[in-house]
Amino acid sequence: MTGRLLLLLIGSAALLALGLAIGSTGWSPLQDSDPVMRQILWDIRAPRSIGAWLAGALLALAGAVAQGLFRNPLADPYLLGCSAGASLGVAALLFMMGFSPTATALALRVGMTGAAFVGAIGAVLLTLLLARGVEQSLRLLLAGVVVGVVLGSGSALLTLMNPDILRAMQAFMLGSTGFVGWSAVSIMVTALLACLLVALGCSRSLDALSLGESTAQSLGVRLAMVRVLLIACLALATAAAVAQCGLIAFVGLVAPHLVRSWGPVTHRGLLLLSPLTGGMLLLAADIGARWLIAPQELPVGIITALLGGSYLLWLMHRRPLGLGSRR
Amino acid sequence: MSGASLSLELRSLQLGGTTILHALKLAPAARAWTAVVGPNGAGKSTMLRALAGLLQFEGSLNLQGRAWALVPARERARAVAWLGQNETSADDLSALDVVMLGRLPHQPWLAPASAEDCSAVEQAMRETQSWDWRGRALGSLSGGERQRVLLARALAVQSGVLLMDEPLAHPDPPHQSDWVQIVRRRVAVGAAVISVLHELNIALQADTVVVMDGGRIVHQGPPDDPATHAALQQVFQQRLLILQVQGRWLALNS
Repeated sequence: MTGRLLLLLIGSAALLALGLAIGSTGWSPLQDSDPVMRQILWDIRAPRSIGAWLAGALLALAGAVAQGLFRNPLADPYLLGCSAGASLGVAALLFMMGFSPTATALALRVGMTGAAFVGAIGAVLLTLLLARGVEQSLRLLLAGVVVGVVLGSGSALLTLMNPDILRAMQAFMLGSTGFVGWSAVSIMVTALLACLLVALGCSRSLDALSLGESTAQSLGVRLAMVRVLLIACLALATAAAVAQCGLIAFVGLVAPHLVRSWGPVTHRGLLLLSPLTGGMLLLAADIGARWLIAPQELPVGIITALLGGSYLLWLMHRRPLGLGSRR
Repeated sequence: MSGASLSLELRSLQLGGTTILHALKLAPAARAWTAVVGPNGAGKSTMLRALAGLLQFEGSLNLQGRAWALVPARERARAVAWLGQNETSADDLSALDVVMLGRLPHQPWLAPASAEDCSAVEQAMRETQSWDWRGRALGSLSGGERQRVLLARALAVQSGVLLMDEPLAHPDPPHQSDWVQIVRRRVAVGAAVISVLHELNIALQADTVVVMDGGRIVHQGPPDDPATHAALQQVFQQRLLILQVQGRWLALNS
């Protein structure tokens, strides 16, 4: 576990260095003394690379929490309609105030994260209400899909009604790390630390929950409190990532799967290793997005969707029973 | 681990609008193994869940003479261990991590495992002969192996009351005998063991047999009592052949 942790930290650091060195002009050396270059490095590439890593880490943490809490290997922020709710929150905010790509002030960032959080919490509560509690995994999944679709169409409707936000929302729906600045980074760092602390505090309860709700209850786990804390944690992590980088698919689902494929792991390990893995995944995808068709740029969401989709397909064919039922 | 006593006085228990259990009383004795038997749908598992405080019902449940709801959750968890059936999905935890969860009610929040926890876990795993697979993921074990790890998890709690729902669904006959010996050792150090069993021949080795049918307790008594045999015949439609072989009672299908 310590070995894997160290390996992932080193990998993350190496990718960060690579992220700083690769830009729209392809490979550009770090020791450039040109002031313009230095500005590009510090005001654009550094926050963007760190931001991509943080968003990946947040989504992966949200995925690990959701999979543990709902004891469903397919759970991620997209189940529960959490991401759709967050994006509806952002769309509503944009709809009301208009949007210009340069408006990246901290106030707006906080506003967007707040709106996304309200949307994400609302979506989770709506899902739980429709599913009448979390007792039935299948009902919960279906309710989450319904909420996701309905709230997604809500965002689309708002976008159509106000064509001024069309471009911003389009970049947002595809997922993009292009608008991430230092203010976004500071918000994501705060959210990641807060969520990590709460999740790690509940990690043993999650272990107990994996033995079944009755067993967890018989071991003295206060299920109601753990659920409230972890759902808030899930919503905050999703909202922080979605508000800054838009809808980025599959990182939340794939990262915990990767960690589990390395061998038996407790939730403490999973909750620590998943964010590191997710951060590396999204940062690598972001570097790819900048580099593949440079000087043009791909939305990073497209790359994660392609990679994540193929990974899931491979997983499905390799372990036909591994995803559907866990017996 | 001795001295915990549990008593259930139930007026009725409903699940989804249907009455599953009618009025019944059960106070399993300490230093005794109680086996609950009955036909499918008799309400055996539901009653065991009520006894474990896992279900809401009309009536009362007392632990050491105090109302269940008034006892702190951790204290309840140290006094009563529960082993359910078919509810595990902890495929990614190692067997050792699973058994260590039995020590959860004994550990302060976030505290690492103490030496006492480690020795309780090792003892429980050696007792169920699962120590050799402690590093393997639960998902990679067979049904019988997994059941032994889960039994070790329940034993590691070192509780005064041990509730088990169909613990013998997977083990093969030699491990069923091992299970009976484990139960006897727990009883010898003062525990009350209550198990729902489909295997009538194992149930007839218990100290007390509780016979259930239609959501009611029909009879409670020792396994060698003719009244117990009569109750068994009654709930199983007189289709049993109850024999004594080498001093043990057996119930065969007639």
